[in-house]
Amino acid sequence: MNIELEKLDKLLDKYADAPGSLITVLQNAQEIYGWLSEGTIEHISGRTGIKAAKIYGVATFYTQFRLKPIGKHLIMLCKGTACHVNGADDIAAAASEHLSVADNETTADGLFTLNYVACLGCCSLAPVMMIRSDGGEETYGSLTNAKVRQILDDIRAKEAAAE
Amino acid sequence: MKYIVKAVIGQGSCGIASGSKKTAAILEAVGIPVEPTGCIGNCYLEPIVDFHFADGSSTRLVKFDEEAAKKVLSGEPLANYIISEEDERYLSGQKRIVLRNAGVINPEDISAYGDYSALRNAVTHRSEEIIQTLKTSGLRGRGGAGFPTWFKWDAAAKAVGDTKYVVCNADEGDPGAFMDRSVLEGDPHSVLEGMAICGFTIGASEGIIYVRAEYPLAIKRLEIAIGQALEKGYLGENIFNTAFSFKIRIKAGAGAFVCGEETALIASLEGERGMPRLKPPFPAQKGYWQQPTNINNVETFANIPWIFNNGGDKFEAIGYEKSKGTKVFALAGKIRRGGLAEVPMGVSLRDIIYGIGGGIKDGKQFKAVQLGGPSGGCVPEELLDTPVDYESINQTGAIVGSGGMIVMDETTCMVDMARYFLDFTRNESCGKCNYCRIGTKRMLEILERITEGKGEPSDIELLHELADKVKEGSLCGLGQTAPNPVLTTLRYFGNEYYDHIFEKKCTAHSCKALIHYDINENCIGCGACKRNCPVEAISGERKVRHVLDKEKCIKCGKCIESCKFNAVVKI
Repeated sequence: MNIELEKLDKLLDKYADAPGSLITVLQNAQEIYGWLSEGTIEHISGRTGIKAAKIYGVATFYTQFRLKPIGKHLIMLCKGTACHVNGADDIAAAASEHLSVADNETTADGLFTLNYVACLGCCSLAPVMMIRSDGGEETYGSLTNAKVRQILDDIRAKEAAAE
Repeated sequence: MKYIVKAVIGQGSCGIASGSKKTAAILEAVGIPVEPTGCIGNCYLEPIVDFHFADGSSTRLVKFDEEAAKKVLSGEPLANYIISEEDERYLSGQKRIVLRNAGVINPEDISAYGDYSALRNAVTHRSEEIIQTLKTSGLRGRGGAGFPTWFKWDAAAKAVGDTKYVVCNADEGDPGAFMDRSVLEGDPHSVLEGMAICGFTIGASEGIIYVRAEYPLAIKRLEIAIGQALEKGYLGENIFNTAFSFKIRIKAGAGAFVCGEETALIASLEGERGMPRLKPPFPAQKGYWQQPTNINNVETFANIPWIFNNGGDKFEAIGYEKSKGTKVFALAGKIRRGGLAEVPMGVSLRDIIYGIGGGIKDGKQFKAVQLGGPSGGCVPEELLDTPVDYESINQTGAIVGSGGMIVMDETTCMVDMARYFLDFTRNESCGKCNYCRIGTKRMLEILERITEGKGEPSDIELLHELADKVKEGSLCGLGQTAPNPVLTTLRYFGNEYYDHIFEKKCTAHSCKALIHYDINENCIGCGACKRNCPVEAISGERKVRHVLDKEKCIKCGKCIESCKFNAVVKI
């Protein structure tokens, strides 16, 4: 049996019969795989008895769930109100141009996924972005276009050095 | 330097984002014991570090980042980083009840919080007595609507059901509000104790905290706090040797603004799409799994232990007319001192923005303050003396809401602000009600048209008409309040709509379609803009004032960014 599926099964052993735990299951499944594939949804459906269409309905309702694989570093670029009045649109454009991807897209090298988010709650440091990687989350504040480009270049350089 | 016993470092999300963990590492490396605390409130001064000395005195250092710590350790005087008197007034001008412990105690140490004395006291009283105290206090829900808390508790207490639930709404979805995050990160026990008191009062044995997945640190600190409270016996079975048992679990939200609405939140807790339903029945009668459920917001619960420790009358003595106690506001935007400010209800907007927040940054002019997030509105300068209480703010067309206060200056375009919020609500509409789903989309299209310089004279009337219909035709608060940002900007900043539609002008120089770039006489011909222009729109010899070709220019702003002489301007 597929090792990866084993992890999901362990999770389902715990939650399959617990009513109301679909969102928790999806969150944990996404934690394992980074995203929710059709296969994952089918498998959850089979074990829980919840129709795949319904799971898809729940997964598409919430912004947290991703139906496409993501890059190694998930950039959550804040578009909250405080960030907006402090120029988040320009920052977003700079990041998008620098990586040649739009919102919700992943770079060709699989290194970055760009994601615009509603509010990270660090409003006094606006404009802000959070980058989630294997090592955890890092928040960057008081961004400028140049600073964003620098941060992305630094990560890229680090990745290149690690190879 | 005096002998340092310990360093207490602000480690809320803002502090960590400013590098407080790196500062901590530097200090720890030289053997100074480091203790974390939550958000101190002066977010604009992070990282903030309190040095405690052997003689019992302490000093607060600000903007004490990695570099600063290194410099001080190699001999730079500490005095360079000591908080100024003006910045100290940021905190001394506040009245802290909800934030009484945030930034003071170690949130990961239950003994620093106390022994749940309010709960200990509450379990010796009857349910009606507790509700009476709450009624005396005049506490109203801090999540947005301002509904009297005692009324909800009373309804849930009287409701009949096999199992009852207490739910804490920590799905702080308003962009620009972060007080709930700070309370959870800085003082999680106050929320747990408040929930336990509620559980005892209404007869519930289970509590659930529905917290945003975007707040990982809050979740971590809550988990630690729940574990410690269980260990101490403040939660769990037979609390304080009574028949009362209460446990609390955390449920991470999955990102949907509408889940701040009670019935949508319940649907989400049950693993469904978070769509609201018609009320009644209210959650107090039929909530989570159709059982009586009381839902309050984080800030509301954090007030509860204070009220029971100090008395309902003490709480009632603070505040204004029908709004009692304090409210925490999140100051952000174009403000000099951004952060959290907790003030008695009834203080004026001016006192908060200028007295505590220090006014507008970079010497610009105040234009408006946005209250209540996407459900709220923009309040202009002439109304700055409005007291912040639920009724007075409602009269302006805005709402107190969760307490987000975004300050805007002359560079913020009010039509664009309306567009921004409509974009948000259109995106977050669950789609159940037609007017909310389609009406917000149509309103957004009109606003986009206006900001692109394609507005028509009839657009204003159309916006008013749609706003009324969206308000009337929506089931829940999201749709009912979604037009507020449009209506308030139309009311107070109608001239900006006029400029956009008739003059094709954006006076704030913010709407890209309505401005163009130019190079003025400050230009010394250094060539920086020319090199950075991606479309070769700038030409000129070295040391000669450059020229910008408006036809080629794509208004990307790279020239402004690269110019050190303020020679590139938006017109």
